[in-house]
Amino acid sequence: MDYLKRGFGALLLGGLLAGAAQADGVKVGMITTLSGGGAGLGIDVRDGFLLALKMAGDAGAAVEVVIEDDQRKPDVAVQLADKMIQSDQVDVLTGIIWSNLAMAVVPAATAQGKFYLSPNAGPSQLAGAGCHENYFNVAWQNDNLHEAAGAYANDAGFAKSFILAPNYPAGKDALTGYKRFFEGEVVQEVYSKLGQTDYAAEIAQIRASGADSVFFFLPGGMGIAFLKQYAGSGVDLPVVGPAFSFDQGILQAVGEAALGVKNTSQWSKDLDNPANTAFVAAFQAEYGRLPSLYASQGYDTANLLLSAMAKADVDDQDAFRAALKAAEFDSVRGSFAFGPNHHPIQDIYVREVIQEGDVFTNRIVSKAMEGHSDAYAADCSM
Amino acid sequence: MSGLLIAEQVLNGLQYGVMLFLMAAGLTLVFGVMGLINLAHGSLYMVGAFACAAVAAATGSFWLGLAAALAAAALAGAIVERVVIRRLYARDHLDQVLATFALILIFSEGTRWLFGSFPLYLSVPAALEGAVRLPGGIDYPLYRLAIIAIGLAVAAGLFWLIGGTRLGTRIRAGEADREMIAALGVDIDRLYTIVFALGAALAGLAGALVGTIQSVQVGMGEPVLILAFVVIVIGGIGSIRGALAGALLVGLTDTLGKVFLPVAFAAVMDPADANAVGSALASMLIYVLMAAVLVLRPRGLYGAA
Repeated sequence: MDYLKRGFGALLLGGLLAGAAQADGVKVGMITTLSGGGAGLGIDVRDGFLLALKMAGDAGAAVEVVIEDDQRKPDVAVQLADKMIQSDQVDVLTGIIWSNLAMAVVPAATAQGKFYLSPNAGPSQLAGAGCHENYFNVAWQNDNLHEAAGAYANDAGFAKSFILAPNYPAGKDALTGYKRFFEGEVVQEVYSKLGQTDYAAEIAQIRASGADSVFFFLPGGMGIAFLKQYAGSGVDLPVVGPAFSFDQGILQAVGEAALGVKNTSQWSKDLDNPANTAFVAAFQAEYGRLPSLYASQGYDTANLLLSAMAKADVDDQDAFRAALKAAEFDSVRGSFAFGPNHHPIQDIYVREVIQEGDVFTNRIVSKAMEGHSDAYAADCSM
Repeated sequence: MSGLLIAEQVLNGLQYGVMLFLMAAGLTLVFGVMGLINLAHGSLYMVGAFACAAVAAATGSFWLGLAAALAAAALAGAIVERVVIRRLYARDHLDQVLATFALILIFSEGTRWLFGSFPLYLSVPAALEGAVRLPGGIDYPLYRLAIIAIGLAVAAGLFWLIGGTRLGTRIRAGEADREMIAALGVDIDRLYTIVFALGAALAGLAGALVGTIQSVQVGMGEPVLILAFVVIVIGGIGSIRGALAGALLVGLTDTLGKVFLPVAFAAVMDPADANAVGSALASMLIYVLMAAVLVLRPRGLYGAA
């Protein structure tokens, strides 16, 4: 009995000590998608984030992370955010993958004085008039990769593009982003249904359109379906798209249908800088798979947080914000800085899908844009 | 817009309709015979696709994968019927919806646990790769032609099964009056397990065939499930003929609508607006169709009066 009591005492004391240690640390609430069809993205963000903490040793151990699954549902994400802010009392929120979930959570969280570091979603509303001093996007503004695809299309000499995206806000942003930089003619613009999996009708329209190139933004399963059907259709126009349909997680499912396709990304596993080399090796060693774009964004988000923690205490909001804004960490993307609206200024590359042994992956072929910011920064008054 | 493009789009609509029929046939059979709303039908579609992808990856043969898809979905269907569904026949539709919705979650997370969160690879068998030139000069993917052929063969097989065999007679009798055929000495429990397994196998077949040109991933069944419900409501619940007619109608309406509506609107308004309005209207066209059919024929095209 005595033994038991002492055991409880030790546990209690341990708990108190841990509590005391965390006064200097930061508590992070991660809301991300860990179940259902979109789980691959959330899992990669989470794994990249936790890997960075682990590699940071003691500094990483000072970060306590509460992870919850939003099931890709805005209402669930809002509930989780309320719970994390009110009962878990987190200092920083992060993790959301989808723009509609971010729009439901971020404005309320930042209004309550929490920091939000976005590892993926970058809706235009939060980059322009709706920007907030406590909101930092570590990935990209949603339009960025599409804009780079437009710039690449010019370099590649495409004159007539057929452009395709699902009929929802991010799909419209995608086509707008492409057209913002593409100087040729858009021969046909098609909005497919969100979640559509059969593209025979669109492919027939591509064949009949007289275009010399195809730009598409179809994230997740839609992209897999489109690429497989396009490859089997006998149409052989060059295709370009943002990295979302070509990330490490889904390339294996597309297989040889994706070989040679050009896609635009701010990151690639063969980017030659020490931070990236270390990241790719450590990720493979830890999880036994190649990292994706999303994993790199989770990893950068954690390193940004650690860099700010090294300079300022999270309770001193102004100092902590300035430390985040400085972004003095070794990004796996190489050069990285925040613009005036706390969105990245970064290089965006053109990648090509290749096969290495049994594995389909990407390699960089050129740089599409250098030091690229976004079109909404001017609307942000911060 | 050339005649060739229109012909190709009609073919696309037909093929899409046949794909929907494969999914809707099993659903309408179960709904009609057993009076059960089975939301987990989409999960059985997913089981078929995953079984096909896993076996095709392990053995290198798509055809073995297809056989495995049929077997796995039928087995999963039989087990689910014995363990869960059997307790639901006497309950009302809300209980059935709740229980089968729970099955969706269990199947989805179970599949994710077994196969991981990333989509699986499944590709068209070498014999059906590429496009063929049809009379009139249309290049059409061979695999899609094969889907049309398989779908029509399945439809013919089902008509024969329901209309020309002893099992079919029992199924129709069970649909009309389940107490009476039980009293006549037919083992109704076994009949229900067989019907449910048959419906599941059809869903599994659809999952494997369609997964090949789409994406084999967790949650792939739910969007198709909604369309399948639209199909059987239009066709008339419980009618295989209705499912076929409904599926072709939905396939053609959806395909032709999304291609031609933006063009039609462009004739009367600014092209950018026409595109936005046309695309938005095309997305809801099949639901408009469903509403119209229900107004004219509340029990669907071939529903029992």
